[in-house]
Amino acid sequence: MTDINLTINTDLAREILTGFIKSEITRVGISRAVVGLSGGLDSALSCALAAEALGAENVLAVRMPYKASSQDSLDHAQLLIDQLGVQGKTIEITNMVEPLFKLDPEISKMRMGNIMARERMIVLYDQSEAFKGLVVGTSNKTEILLGYSTLFGDSANALNPIGDLYKTQIRQLARAMNIPAPIIDKPPSADLWEGQTDEKELGFTYEDVDKLLYLLVDQRYSPQEAAEAGFDETFVETVVRRVRRNQFKRTPPPIAKVSNRTIGYDFLYLRDWGT
Amino acid sequence: MMKLNLALAQINTKLGDVESNLEKHLAYIEQAKAEKSDLLVFPELSLTGYVLQDLVASVARKPVDDDPVFRHLLKASRDLDLVIGFVDEDSRHRFYIASAYLSGGKTLHVHHKVYLPTYGLFDEGRFFAWGDSVRAFDTRFGRVGMLICEDFWHASPPYLLWLDGADIMLFSSASPGRGLNDKEKLESARWVEGVTKAYASMFTSFVAHANRVGYEDGLHFWGGAAAFDPNGEELAHGPYNEEALTFAQLDLNQLRRTRARLPLLRDERTNLAMSELQRILQK
Repeated sequence: MTDINLTINTDLAREILTGFIKSEITRVGISRAVVGLSGGLDSALSCALAAEALGAENVLAVRMPYKASSQDSLDHAQLLIDQLGVQGKTIEITNMVEPLFKLDPEISKMRMGNIMARERMIVLYDQSEAFKGLVVGTSNKTEILLGYSTLFGDSANALNPIGDLYKTQIRQLARAMNIPAPIIDKPPSADLWEGQTDEKELGFTYEDVDKLLYLLVDQRYSPQEAAEAGFDETFVETVVRRVRRNQFKRTPPPIAKVSNRTIGYDFLYLRDWGT
Repeated sequence: MMKLNLALAQINTKLGDVESNLEKHLAYIEQAKAEKSDLLVFPELSLTGYVLQDLVASVARKPVDDDPVFRHLLKASRDLDLVIGFVDEDSRHRFYIASAYLSGGKTLHVHHKVYLPTYGLFDEGRFFAWGDSVRAFDTRFGRVGMLICEDFWHASPPYLLWLDGADIMLFSSASPGRGLNDKEKLESARWVEGVTKAYASMFTSFVAHANRVGYEDGLHFWGGAAAFDPNGEELAHGPYNEEALTFAQLDLNQLRRTRARLPLLRDERTNLAMSELQRILQK
C-alpha cells in the first residue's frame, strides 16, 4: 500500500477555519451562529470552531433528540455545551415527526431517517431567525463526497467550515481543540435508529475510504492507479460509483436554460458580492 | 538615492465595492506616509476584490485624472509612489487585470496581467483580456518592473523584466490559500515564497511581493508580504491571514555589491537564449 499521509497542521487549520466563520458571518451584518449538536464529532468541531470565531455567547447549540436517540448523544452534546460555554437549547422532534410516520404504516427506516434530518433542518432554520444567527454546517468532506447525508436535511447550512476536511482530519483537529474524548472515541453514527453506525452502513472504515478519496480526488488518481496503489478493486469501484451518483447532492438543482442569461450558467456572482 | 523605504499593504477588500476599497487605500497611504515610506504596493485587484466574475465591467476604471477614484490616488502619489491593483478598461472595452504605478501625480506605467490562470479554482481567462507586454520602466528609484500573480508562476516574465533593466521587481497577488498538510505553511504560500526568493537570487535584484488577505466565499487569501534583497536574503516578512503594512528598507547600493561579487547579469547570454528560442520555435 502506498504511504498516504492525511496529517494536517491543526494550528493553521484552526486559524483559517475560524477566520472563515467570522468573515462569512459578520460581513452580512450578523454576529451569531446556530449549530445543530448531535453529540457526534462533526457537529462538536463545528460548534467549537464557531465559539472560537464568534465568542461562546454568540453561539447557540441546539440538541434535537428523537425518542429513540441514544442518551449518550444527548449527554455528549451537553458535555460540549458545558465545556465551551455556548448557549444551549433542547428541542425534541418526536412530536413533530411522528404524525408523518403514522400516515404510512409501511414507512421505511430510510424515509424516517430523512424526515428526522429534514425536521432538524426546519428547527435549525427557525432558530436561525429567532437567535439571529447563521446555521453553521457540520458535513465533512468524506460524507459530502460519498453522499452520506440527507439532501435539504443535515446537508443544509449557511456556511460550512469543515467540508474540506476528511473524517480522519476532523478527528485530528478535534483532538487539538480539546473536544471531549468520549465524542472523539465513539464510533461515528447518524443515530437515526438504535445501533446504527456509519461504518457498518457504509461497509468500510473512514480510515480506509479517506485515504482512497484523497488519492482519487485530491491527487487525481485514476481508479486503476488507486487499485495499483494497493486498494481492493471492488472497494475502489464502489467508492467511485458512490461519488459519481451523489453529485446531485453537491450541486444546486439545474435550471433549464431558455433565456440569454440564466442563473447558474451566465449570471455569475459570488455569494459575497458587495461585501 | 541610496535607500528606498518600501511599504507592502496586505489588505482585505470588499468584493465589487470600489469606493469602500478606495477609502481603505487612502487610510493605508496615510499610514505609510506617516512612516516616511517612499513607495507603497497594494495587492492584485486591490480596488475591486478578486473573484469578480460578472462584476468585471461595473468595477473597471481608467488610471487617469478625471476618473473619480484614480483622481484621489494620483493626488496621493505626489507624496509617495503607489502601486494599485485594479481592472483596466481600454478604449475598445477590453478589461484587464492591471497594476498601475503612480508617482508625482502621474501614471508612470500600467501592467496588464499576461498570464490569466484558467484552471482548477481559477477562471480569469473567461472574464479578462490577456495583457501582451512585459516592460520595465524608469522611476525615481531606478528601473522597476511589475508582475501580477500568475505572471511570476512563469519564469519568462521576470526574466524579461530583468533583461529590460528592472532592478526592483514588484509582485502583487490575490493568492487563494490551498494545500493544507502537516507543514507549517500552506503549499501555495511555500511555493510563492520559494520562487520570489529564487528570482531575487537568480536575478540579483530586489523582489517584493504584496498579497491580499480576507475571504471571498470559501476562498482564503493568506497575506505574508515579503521583500528580498539581491542576495536573496529576506528583508521583511508580513504576518499571515491578517491585514498589515510591512516595511522594508531597500539599500539600493546592494545591487552594486552583489553584482560585483556575482556577475550573473553581466554573464547572461541573451543571444544564446534568443538563438535557441528561435530554433525551438521553428521546430
